[in-house]
Amino acid sequence: MRRIGGNERHRIELTVNGRSHAGEAEPRMLLSDFLRHRLGLYGTHVGCEHGVCGACTVIVDGRAVRSCTQYAIQAEGATIETVEGLADGERLNALQQAFHEHHGLQCGFCSAGILMSAVHFLKENPRPSEAAVRDMLSGHICRCTGYDGIVRAILDAAGTLKDQTKETIGE
Amino acid sequence: MTSNASAPAGPGRYKWIGKPVPRKEDAALLSGRAQFIDDIEPVANLKHAAILRSPHAHARILKIDASRARALPGVTGIVSGAEVAEITRPIPSVVKTAIAYYPIAVDKVRFVGEPVAVVVAEDRYIAEDALDLIEVAYEPLAAAVDPLRAMEEGAPLLHDELGSNVAHRRSFEYGEPDAAFDGAEHLFALDYRFPKYASTPIETFGVTAHYLPSPDRFTVWSNFQGPFVLHPLMARALGVPGNRLRLITPPASGGSFGIKQAVFTYITLLAAVSRILRQPVKWTEDRLEHLMASSSAADRVGRVEAAFKSGGELVGLRFNNICNMGAYVRAPEPASVYRMQATSNGCYGVRNIAIENILVVTNQMPTGLNRGFGGPQFFFALERMMDLAAKGLGIDPADLRRRNFIAKDSFPYLCPGGSLLDSGDYTKALDECLRLAGYPELKAKREQARKAGRLFGIGFAVGLEPSGSNMGYVSLAQTAEERALAEPKSGANSSATISMDPTGSVTVQLCSTPNGQGHATVAAQIVAERLGIEPDQVDVVTEIDTQTSAWSIASGNYANRFAAQVSGAVSMCADKVADKLKLIALEILECDVRDILLADGAAQIAGVPEKSIAVRKLAAAAHWNPVAMPERSEPGIHETVVFSPPTLTSVDDRDRVSSAVTYGSVFDLVALEIEPATGRVSVDKYVSLHDVGTMLNPLIVNGQIHGGFAHGFGCAMLEEIAYDANGNLLSGTFADYLCPTAADIPALTIGHLNAPSPMSELGCKGLGDGSSMLTPAAMANAVADALDMKEVELPLNLHRVWQMVQGQKPVPASALAPTEKKADAVVAPGPGVLSGEGETVIAADRETVWRTLLDPDELAAVIPGCEKLTEQGPDRYAASVTIGIAGIKGGYEVAIELKDKVAPESLRIVGRADGALGHGSAEGWVTLAPAGDGRTALSYRYNARVGGKVAAVGQRMLGAATRILINQFFNGLNRRLGGAGQRSGGGGPIGRLIAVLAALFGGGSR
Repeated sequence: MRRIGGNERHRIELTVNGRSHAGEAEPRMLLSDFLRHRLGLYGTHVGCEHGVCGACTVIVDGRAVRSCTQYAIQAEGATIETVEGLADGERLNALQQAFHEHHGLQCGFCSAGILMSAVHFLKENPRPSEAAVRDMLSGHICRCTGYDGIVRAILDAAGTLKDQTKETIGE
Repeated sequence: MTSNASAPAGPGRYKWIGKPVPRKEDAALLSGRAQFIDDIEPVANLKHAAILRSPHAHARILKIDASRARALPGVTGIVSGAEVAEITRPIPSVVKTAIAYYPIAVDKVRFVGEPVAVVVAEDRYIAEDALDLIEVAYEPLAAAVDPLRAMEEGAPLLHDELGSNVAHRRSFEYGEPDAAFDGAEHLFALDYRFPKYASTPIETFGVTAHYLPSPDRFTVWSNFQGPFVLHPLMARALGVPGNRLRLITPPASGGSFGIKQAVFTYITLLAAVSRILRQPVKWTEDRLEHLMASSSAADRVGRVEAAFKSGGELVGLRFNNICNMGAYVRAPEPASVYRMQATSNGCYGVRNIAIENILVVTNQMPTGLNRGFGGPQFFFALERMMDLAAKGLGIDPADLRRRNFIAKDSFPYLCPGGSLLDSGDYTKALDECLRLAGYPELKAKREQARKAGRLFGIGFAVGLEPSGSNMGYVSLAQTAEERALAEPKSGANSSATISMDPTGSVTVQLCSTPNGQGHATVAAQIVAERLGIEPDQVDVVTEIDTQTSAWSIASGNYANRFAAQVSGAVSMCADKVADKLKLIALEILECDVRDILLADGAAQIAGVPEKSIAVRKLAAAAHWNPVAMPERSEPGIHETVVFSPPTLTSVDDRDRVSSAVTYGSVFDLVALEIEPATGRVSVDKYVSLHDVGTMLNPLIVNGQIHGGFAHGFGCAMLEEIAYDANGNLLSGTFADYLCPTAADIPALTIGHLNAPSPMSELGCKGLGDGSSMLTPAAMANAVADALDMKEVELPLNLHRVWQMVQGQKPVPASALAPTEKKADAVVAPGPGVLSGEGETVIAADRETVWRTLLDPDELAAVIPGCEKLTEQGPDRYAASVTIGIAGIKGGYEVAIELKDKVAPESLRIVGRADGALGHGSAEGWVTLAPAGDGRTALSYRYNARVGGKVAAVGQRMLGAATRILINQFFNGLNRRLGGAGQRSGGGGPIGRLIAVLAALFGGGSR
């Protein structure tokens, strides 16, 4: 293992959303800060910096991780997926489209992390139950939606949304 | 108002208004392209700020030595509170007191987390490094934490010049409350506490301030949400005319729920810092800063009394509200307690109401806007009382409410406090709520559960949702005489600007600074409707720039303002544009202007669709051919409407005011069961029925209701900004301040019975706050019903409910007696104190262990992170320790004293530690006993109290960190003594204590 001094900047090369990127970071620089402020990928958001709110979740080498509790230097050589890579050009992917249709976001600040967790989750659980979706989402905090639209969106994207109308839009 | 409350905006009448149109905001947000405040760097050569904050609840600042910090490479400046105070004025509140509020502590700190100094550096990491190098000498003072204790004679004073911690006291009478109580058959009273909590948007505060001289001019980008009534206050504080404080908001804001009103304190602070240092400065709040020092709802200690006639008629109410304002009465407080005053009859026809409002300052974070603003506290009192009275009167709680509702034919209804209620049919709405809930079945279920010995309860809460605030209502905090001396205040200016460019595309500018509520989508719907175009053709700018936007003091995003007011301004403005388009079309179509309609992108003659001209051609004509414009028409298409509802008049001489323009209503019913062994509350059914008037977009309406419910549910069940009795914050992380997750939120059935409002342009009422106001009361009522208890404290977490199941009355940690600080730092066990004990067996004899533990060199080698341990005198040691846990590093100066030494058997250790991440004191007892085979059994117990950042990160994290350090120390000790010991608790005396102290300081936020 190579040792790097505390104040020494290290060149980090990695692949983000299929493109190779390089940037310099001190060993203590968080991956979230590196993605945002070194690579300009501002779509990943920082909400708590202690790994609870989940807003900063990205996929690193196939695993959903909190980019705020990882150092950039740990991601050397990694393949990372972020929210910027989800859409196909201007076209939202099926999950994003479901969030749009089910009003699964309001301020949208937590959405990037939730989307990335959901992408990873749906890969492992292609036909999830509502309870499983809610369990997965317990690693995220959304203060706007009350989660209703988010849960529906994920179930819909997975094709497991039952038409259980919980609401009566009256009169 | 008609009882069958169907909106006129039915599918037939409108093409876009009232449709569940998915939001135009979404694509950018879902693709990571939306621009939030931390995503923009609008000025070149931007520097980055970090804020040094008080670790003490109450202390005098004796000295700030920033020389070491200043010398750190990359630091470009450091500013203290005294320097800020030199160039700014205090920010006033409507309550005239001797309290001087600056956005940074000047000579005294009054709450944990209060800013003390600002470091500016090339990047945020360096700025935070420099914070650790600033040395502040404090003289700690006794703290006044609990509002009731703070009011007592002899309590520590926050503001000496105030002479008391009571900042304000006013009494009000509407009708004849005393007579009503005297003549009533049944009287009920309830004392309650309502907790301190906050909406905690996931995006924290962000400010970039840029000062330019000659003349002084500030440009500040921030995610401030208004109200812009704070703009003149900031300009005044900064000593510039309003036009030289330019505030700009970014396109996207990551939630607010009122909280980002408090960004104004940092706008002022960072603007001052930028001026002092002559550098553009960017600051982004971190989560710990947010949870300790941003803003919160005002907690309340209250008493409510109600007088009923024998038939269940509510004839009188008395409210006593002791409101905890935190360390200062910070604008726009005390609005939270006065917001509901004009509507303090709730949905009921009661005419006799007495109110006393007392504002208390305590050593806690100051308060401000928070979702529901004053509503959750008020309805907790009123609706808890209604369920309580129903029980006392032997009347079904739904029926008791029905008997007292304002009748559907009484609207518009003038409340005793002055609110003019617009419309509704409360009886029908409640009946619909009961129908959706299956009330009879739920009652049968409760009956059955109770027979089986289970704890099942049903709770109600109904209430009003005042929306679109009258800027004058806060003047209720002033007496009629004080008001007479001030300029009158009234109304609520809303504005919208619409322009159409030469190609016919439309730009709308709003003054509502949304934080996720979809204002752009709804504004586009309204404008598309009015101009006969598609919403996609309408671009909506939600950013405010005070230099170019048509803003006014009421601008901003609060009190459900968009639907209640701004939607009307948009509609009126679109009508003006439509009128102009029609006038231009008139010249070409040659018909009566009344026959022209705008549809399908063209001006058409009604009934003759083939005679039409495209809207884009009309727009082009307005720009390219002004000579041919009709008389009275200005060239181009650029319209602004500023509008204020005429019903929002000033407070009258009898303290009456219509505090809002629309009054939606909410009817909640919850059924739940409590698991006695754990205190777990499981919701069986939750129905929330709303009257929001005309729905502009049902998708967004219901999204707002779900969100408001989640906030109300969080407040009811989990959320609490907790302090110990000495003012140490105990809830500084999201592991300690618990927000509900998807797994916590129960299924919600939403119903609607919408009575259009005659007070708003489109018939809609403000919405979004309603459920956040009612859910806490409904949940408490259901738990009270399940337990058959009168007093119920929020939040209804496992611990509290379990205590209540056991028949105990929970008391918040802040309300306990503060521990006395004794000279030798003895720490008494109690809430907020970390206590522990354990035993370990060490493979060395007692004398060896004793010697090792007392030998500074030996110890320095085994204490984790110990850089230096020196003997200061007989039995006195000083240690410098650096501990890093999960990447969080902090240095501490630890002072240790050994007492009651009985060699080689036992000793008592008293220690204190100070570091950038906090301070603390601890006391430990150690005994050594022979354990056979030349081994020694070491047993210990300790009590430690910590303050500052470390206290805020919570015991669970501290405990884990401590265990790691204990293991490290233990392994080191055994290695040193050359044998393998057996651990049964872990640790050793001095090192153990140092490790504990250090661990307590190791858990900062970064």
